[in-house]
Amino acid sequence: MATGATSIWATARLVAAKDLRVERRSRVVVNQVLPFAALVMVLFAFALDADAVLERTAPGLVWLGTIFSLLIVVQRSFAIETADGALDALRVAGVSPPGIFLGKSIALAVQLFVLEVLLVLLAIVLYESELDAAGAVLLVTTLVPATTGLAFVGTLYGGLAAGTRGRETLLPLLLFPVVAPVLIGATRATEAALGAGGAATDEGWPWVGMLVIFAALFGVGGTLAFGPLVEE
Amino acid sequence: MASSSASGSTATNSSTTGRTRGAGTGTTFTRWLGIVTIALMAAVVLFGLVLSPADVVQGESVRILYVHVGTVWVAYLAFIVTAVSSGAYLWRRTHSLTWDRIAGASAEIGVLFMAVTLLTGSLWGRLSWGTFWVWDARVTTTAFLFITYVGYLAVRGLGGSHEQRARRSAVVALLAVIEIPLVHFSVKLWRSVHQDASVAGRTTDVTLDGLMLFTLVLATVAFTLLYVWYVLHRQRVMAMEDALDDKGLDLALAERRREAQDATSTTGEVTN
Repeated sequence: MATGATSIWATARLVAAKDLRVERRSRVVVNQVLPFAALVMVLFAFALDADAVLERTAPGLVWLGTIFSLLIVVQRSFAIETADGALDALRVAGVSPPGIFLGKSIALAVQLFVLEVLLVLLAIVLYESELDAAGAVLLVTTLVPATTGLAFVGTLYGGLAAGTRGRETLLPLLLFPVVAPVLIGATRATEAALGAGGAATDEGWPWVGMLVIFAALFGVGGTLAFGPLVEE
Repeated sequence: MASSSASGSTATNSSTTGRTRGAGTGTTFTRWLGIVTIALMAAVVLFGLVLSPADVVQGESVRILYVHVGTVWVAYLAFIVTAVSSGAYLWRRTHSLTWDRIAGASAEIGVLFMAVTLLTGSLWGRLSWGTFWVWDARVTTTAFLFITYVGYLAVRGLGGSHEQRARRSAVVALLAVIEIPLVHFSVKLWRSVHQDASVAGRTTDVTLDGLMLFTLVLATVAFTLLYVWYVLHRQRVMAMEDALDDKGLDLALAERRREAQDATSTTGEVTN
């Protein structure tokens, strides 16, 4: 298959559409992961108890919930690839690895985005967070690079662990240290957006810049590295 | 390796043990290196614990730093070596597994030294700062580096062929090169926003007494040589393990067949 830029993007679109179609028909993320994420938010409330603490820590809890859920979504994303040797079939068919990487990242990002919106809404309902217009702009701008970065990293390490023994236990060990900058950056930006702890809205923008750098680096790194990782 | 593979003819018990005793991982160079390293380590103990003075401010706890600085230098050096040899494995056309083994051996030693660094650092911190842990950018990055390379070693242990192991772990090692600066940068930004410089007074290198500086340099050199010594041996042990993986089954099968032949053939036929 040709390895031109157009064919990579065409492959990415097809792979993303396939993953989202699998999700639309199986509804695993909707029926299992979203309720799990909501449950985590309720458990945080049990553990931290006081309203003032929850309102202050809401941004961090939103992103912790996201990262815990990311683990499950990534495992799901590669479970459907390794199940019937689907990944091998894709490789045999000569589908370009960068195309697979980008496609799976896009599908993962879409699912994560829905999840994050749900978690922010839950924070507003359960933790009494408040969002004004300027904060909403910052929040949406934060969600895009943060989600993209998480999707790239998730796809990359999910692909690494896919098809190996003990992948369920290895994935968090590899994934969580790498996503730490996203947790820090996205939490600080969301704090600014929600005004948690008296943070001003414009304090959040430098963090958005960091998230963009993160997403760009792992986007490039993942596109280059995914081929050597999956070709056995 | 060569001697063990070309050993089909005589396989009695006495000759096997003889070979094992002879075929170590040492060479003349590593033996001398080992002797020099041990001598330097003894000197470090002497200078660090006896000859060098106690610090005016920190008191006796300054002696921890001779180990701390030496090990942290070696740990970072080890991870740089891992990254460089991982890159060499991926980009060299030969894809020599030697690069992979150097990367793996270096990471193992690096994790070991990093653990010592974190331990001595938190002990020293308790004495000097009154706390085992601070969320300083450098400290946090070091902890993340430790966890990342523990993960790297887990990836090496995943199984599969040697080439699979080499490629997977090389990619992980190179991704760590992207990850660690990002972690450092983000933690630094985080601390600078939320906390005034309460731990910036890490003034170990301001006005060092001459003997203390000498001890510090001596310790760094000694730990570096220790690292080189360990990596050389570990890398050779790994090569042996790989060779055992490749040839071990064949050798075991051949030995069993020979035993079976010996058992079935009558005792009269000992002319062979």
